[in-house]
Amino acid sequence: MHLERIINLLLVIVLSPLIFGIINRTKAIFAGRTGQPLLQSYYDLWKLFNKGAVYSQTTSWVFRLGPIVGLAVVFATATLVPLGRLPAVIAFDGDIILFAYLFGLMRFFTVISALDTGSAFEGMGASREVMFSALAEPAFLIGLAAISAQRHSLSLTGMFTGADTAFGAYILPVQLLVSFSIFIVFLAENSRIPVDDPNTHLELTMIHEVMVLDNSGPDFGFITYSSALKMWLLGAVLVGVLVPSNGNVWIDMSLSVVSIFVLAVLVGIVESSMARLKLLRVPQLLLIANALSILALILVLR
Amino acid sequence: MTNLVDTVLILIILTNLMLLGSSRLRTCIFVVAMQGILLGALALLTENSGLTIHLILLPTVIICLKGIIFPFLLFRTLRDLNVQHEVEPFVGYGTSLVLSPLVLVVCIWLGSQLSLPVEAISSLVVPAAFFSIACGLFLIISRKKALTQVLGYLVLENGIYVFGVSIATKQPVLVELGILLDVFVAIFVMGIAIYHINREFDHTDVDRLNKLKG
Repeated sequence: MHLERIINLLLVIVLSPLIFGIINRTKAIFAGRTGQPLLQSYYDLWKLFNKGAVYSQTTSWVFRLGPIVGLAVVFATATLVPLGRLPAVIAFDGDIILFAYLFGLMRFFTVISALDTGSAFEGMGASREVMFSALAEPAFLIGLAAISAQRHSLSLTGMFTGADTAFGAYILPVQLLVSFSIFIVFLAENSRIPVDDPNTHLELTMIHEVMVLDNSGPDFGFITYSSALKMWLLGAVLVGVLVPSNGNVWIDMSLSVVSIFVLAVLVGIVESSMARLKLLRVPQLLLIANALSILALILVLR
Repeated sequence: MTNLVDTVLILIILTNLMLLGSSRLRTCIFVVAMQGILLGALALLTENSGLTIHLILLPTVIICLKGIIFPFLLFRTLRDLNVQHEVEPFVGYGTSLVLSPLVLVVCIWLGSQLSLPVEAISSLVVPAAFFSIACGLFLIISRKKALTQVLGYLVLENGIYVFGVSIATKQPVLVELGILLDVFVAIFVMGIAIYHINREFDHTDVDRLNKLKG
C-alpha cells in the first residue's frame, strides 16, 4: 500500500515538466514546425538551477520567500492528490478544501512577492490573477462538491479511488458538466489560452507571466517547476473526475497518466485553434464554468 | 434509456444557458437550431409504442422545422437586418448566467410539487420544460432586438413541447403537427414583420417602437 503512495508521488515529481513539452510539441505540429525537444522543460529547469539569482535592491525578504513557499506548498498539495487508483500519500475527510486553499496560499505568496517589487506592471498582473482566481475558485469547489456528493466521500482519495468509480455507477451528464467546468478552471489557473497567453512577454494583457518578471535563476526555476506540478495536479483531478477505473491498479495508473498527457494535447489544440479572450470576456467564461458546476451539483442533489 | 433521456434534457438546459450568455445573434440562432434537433431526439426517445408512423413522422418534422427551416428563415432575416449583436440588453449576460441556476432550482422545486396525472419518463422533464419556458420569457423581456424576441418565443414553445412530452404521450399526430404548423406560420410572419420594421425605421429595437407615431 505504501509503495503505491510513493509511486504516485514519484510520478508527479518526475513526469510533471513533460506536460509543457507535450503542449509545445502539439502547438509546433499545428504550426508546421519541428518544435523544441519533448524534454526541453527539464533542460530549462537544469539550466535555471545552475544559475545565480539576481535580486533588485528595492525588494525585501518577501520577494525571496515567494518562489520557495510556492514550491513547498505545491509539494504539500501533491501529497493530497490520488492518481487513477493510486491513493494519495495523505487522505482525510475534507482534504478537497485543503487542496483548493493550498493553491490559494501559493497564489497569495506569488502575488505579494510580485507586489513587493514595486513595479506597477506586476501589480496589474497581480490584481488580474486575484480577480480571475476569485471567480475560478467557486467553480472548482462547487464542481468537486458535486462529485463528492455523488460518490459519498469528502476526501479526494475516497472520491477518485472508491468503489463508485467503475463505469457502471456512472452518471454521465454530471461527470461531463463537472469536467468541462474544471477544464475551464484548469486553463484559467494554469494561465493558458483563452484566459492568458503564456507566450507573450511584456504585453499589457498578460497575467501570470508578468508577476514573475523579476525572478531569475533558481527562483524562476522553482516557479516554473511549481507551475508544472500545479498543472499536473489539477490535471489529475480532472482525470479523476472523468476517467472511470477498471479495477486493476496498474492499468488504472497508466490510463490516468496517458489521460493527463491527452489533456496536455487538448490544451495544445485549444491554444493553436483559439485566440485569447478579451480581458472583459474572461469573467464571463468563468461564470459559465460556475453555472455548469452549480447545474451539476443541482443534478446530484435533486 | 432514462440516462439517455436525462442527457438530452440536460443538453436542452445547457442550450438555454448558452442563449442567455451569448450576445451574437448568429450564435443564438445556431443554439436554437441545436435545441430543435435535441427536441427531435427527445421525441424519438420518449416513444415506446414500437415502430409507428408517429415514431417516424414526428421527430422528422420537428428536426426539419426547428433544426433546419426556422434557422434558415432567421438567418435570412438576420442577413437583411444588418445587425450582428444584441447591444445593451436590459439585463446583462453575466447577470443572466448568475441568475439562471437559481431559476433552475425554483423549476426543480416546482417540478417536485406538481402532481401529474401520468408518471413522467424522467424526473428532469418538468424542470427542463419550466426552465425553457422561463428562459424564453426572460429573453423576450430582457433583450431589445426583435430577432432575439422571436428566439425567445421559439424557446418558450420548445419548453411547452418538452412539457407535453411528459404528460401527453398519447396525443394524436395531427394535433402535434397542427401546433408545429402554427409555430411555423408565426416564425414566418415575424420574420417578414421584422424585415419591414427594419426597412421603415432603420432599427429593430423594440423598446423604441412605442415612440413611433404613424
